[in-house]
Amino acid sequence: MPVARSTVIALIGLRGELVEIEADLSDGLPAFNLIGLPDAALGEARQRVRSAAVNSGCDLPNRKFTVNLSPAALPKHGSGFDLGIALAMLAACGLVSPDSVARVVHIGELGLDGRVRDAPGVLPAVLAAKRAGRSIVMVPAVAAAEASLVEGVEIVPVASLRAAAIWHGAELDVLDDPIAAPTASVQAEEAAPPGLDLADVVGNEEAIRALTVAAAGGHHLFLLGPPGAGKTMLATRLPGILPELDADAAIECASVRSLSGLPVAALTRRPPFEAPHHTASTPAIVGGGSGVIRPGAIARAAHGVLFLDEAPEFSRVVLDALRQPLETGVITVQRANATARFPANVQLVLAANPCPCGRLGEAECSCTPMARRRYLGRLSGPLLDRVDLQLTVRRITAAGLRTELEDRRGRVTSASVASSVRESRSAAAERLAGTPWRRNADVPGSWLRGRNRPAAASLAVLDRALERGAITMRGYDRVLRIAWTLADLDGRGAPGRGEVAEALGYRTALGA
Amino acid sequence: MTRNLELGRRGERIAADFLTLAGHRVVDRNWRGRRGELDLVTVDRGEVVAVEVKTRTSLDFGHPFEAIDRRKLHRVHRLAREWCATHRMSPTRVRVDAVAVIVWRDGARPTIEHLKGVR
Repeated sequence: MPVARSTVIALIGLRGELVEIEADLSDGLPAFNLIGLPDAALGEARQRVRSAAVNSGCDLPNRKFTVNLSPAALPKHGSGFDLGIALAMLAACGLVSPDSVARVVHIGELGLDGRVRDAPGVLPAVLAAKRAGRSIVMVPAVAAAEASLVEGVEIVPVASLRAAAIWHGAELDVLDDPIAAPTASVQAEEAAPPGLDLADVVGNEEAIRALTVAAAGGHHLFLLGPPGAGKTMLATRLPGILPELDADAAIECASVRSLSGLPVAALTRRPPFEAPHHTASTPAIVGGGSGVIRPGAIARAAHGVLFLDEAPEFSRVVLDALRQPLETGVITVQRANATARFPANVQLVLAANPCPCGRLGEAECSCTPMARRRYLGRLSGPLLDRVDLQLTVRRITAAGLRTELEDRRGRVTSASVASSVRESRSAAAERLAGTPWRRNADVPGSWLRGRNRPAAASLAVLDRALERGAITMRGYDRVLRIAWTLADLDGRGAPGRGEVAEALGYRTALGA
Repeated sequence: MTRNLELGRRGERIAADFLTLAGHRVVDRNWRGRRGELDLVTVDRGEVVAVEVKTRTSLDFGHPFEAIDRRKLHRVHRLAREWCATHRMSPTRVRVDAVAVIVWRDGARPTIEHLKGVR
């Protein structure tokens, strides 16, 4: 068998391309040439594959191997091609069945002793294999659970190259003590859902209401308040009241996690929550990196919540980089050698202190008016334009705390809020059936002000605010969006005077 | 003569016999040029062949072929052209072959491997 073939997957972002590996064994002095645009980590496959083969009991002949990765122009990176390369070579020397190797897609990095190690992005790679019409995928044993999330593909987990070779028909004995699958170290940590419940929030009914509205309509949220008012506490409880992810969204979330090198054992239906620190760089948020394009925080938060605490402290470049993905729901990362697209349909939650010292409105503020203006001014207009809900969160007073602690019955739980959010979302979806939009937050101004405009009487207060110049036209649309969500939450067919007035109240934190 | 040199000479004899059986005509042995030595020079179907012979007694330190690198091949090829010039030969092609001889310590038949046209 002069030339043998196997297939692997090259990932660019979440998109995977089939890459064919051709291994040619020719009479020549011992050499191992790897061609077809491999990066450094992939080039080192030569050493790993040779050692792994010898230590798996498969002696490679001392001849010249040429391994070609095709399409040659596609940039390939990482160590996940090792298993495919090794098996193509074994097939080229007739140690395993070339036909068997050719029809299987292989994913996995090799250790020098022949063990098959996990590679990042197993889940998106298996998905890509399925989309390309392949039905059998060989994966590292440690990633078996992750790969099995994809239905309709036969998954062959292997712990070692020896086991892989035996599966492909090598005449080797199964060892008594085969290489055990390496255990995933952090698997358990992520499995338990964080026990964050709205019932933990003391006081702040107004804030809980706003959070409910944000969840129901999918509105971006801005929380303004002094330190200790509970902004972070509220934000971290948002995923708990959002509707569960549907199957496609859950797979997409898990794929991004897998690509980030995080363990994926089961599909989590809980929307993700990402809270990057305010020193985060632009590539950390939008994704990037040299060579390999990795997803950033915004992609990891896709279908869930992106929480920017101390939002004005983020670099302006980072904040403005959010604008385009918030608009389109997709983030495109361009690099010289490739372009990667990641999902970016996040619900944004911004939190900020009212001023740099944080005491404004509560106690003596030590900031100069200039410092105050600069502080919130760092949040650019175009970014805030996309935030429908603005809310001032206040510290709970001693008296408020006392009454709250005495009367625990009135507390809302995440479960009860989640169910009203679900109902509200289905009401909105029903109304928006036949349009491209699903949630109130997605609806454009033309729809709001057009045929579906609420009765003039209900809008009186809003029209007055517009006339006075208290709100802009954009602000007008946002108030209408929130009013619709409030109507959905209250089970009404259209926003009335009360909903519009309440919605107007959510635009006062920073002015319209 | 040290042991290794002795082993090398023995390997070259074995290789020469092997190549003769394979149809080569051995025309020179251990020819010294300006920049080194050619183990064997043969003529095979009209081509002048410079043969690099590597001899080992075990595979403990890798296959003999692994000890032949690009630089070595380059040198052998240049020596082969020098040999042709010295002997007023202008063959159609100057070839370099490699022969690995493993002379097992237990006296078993030596293992011989031959690669044609490695340069």
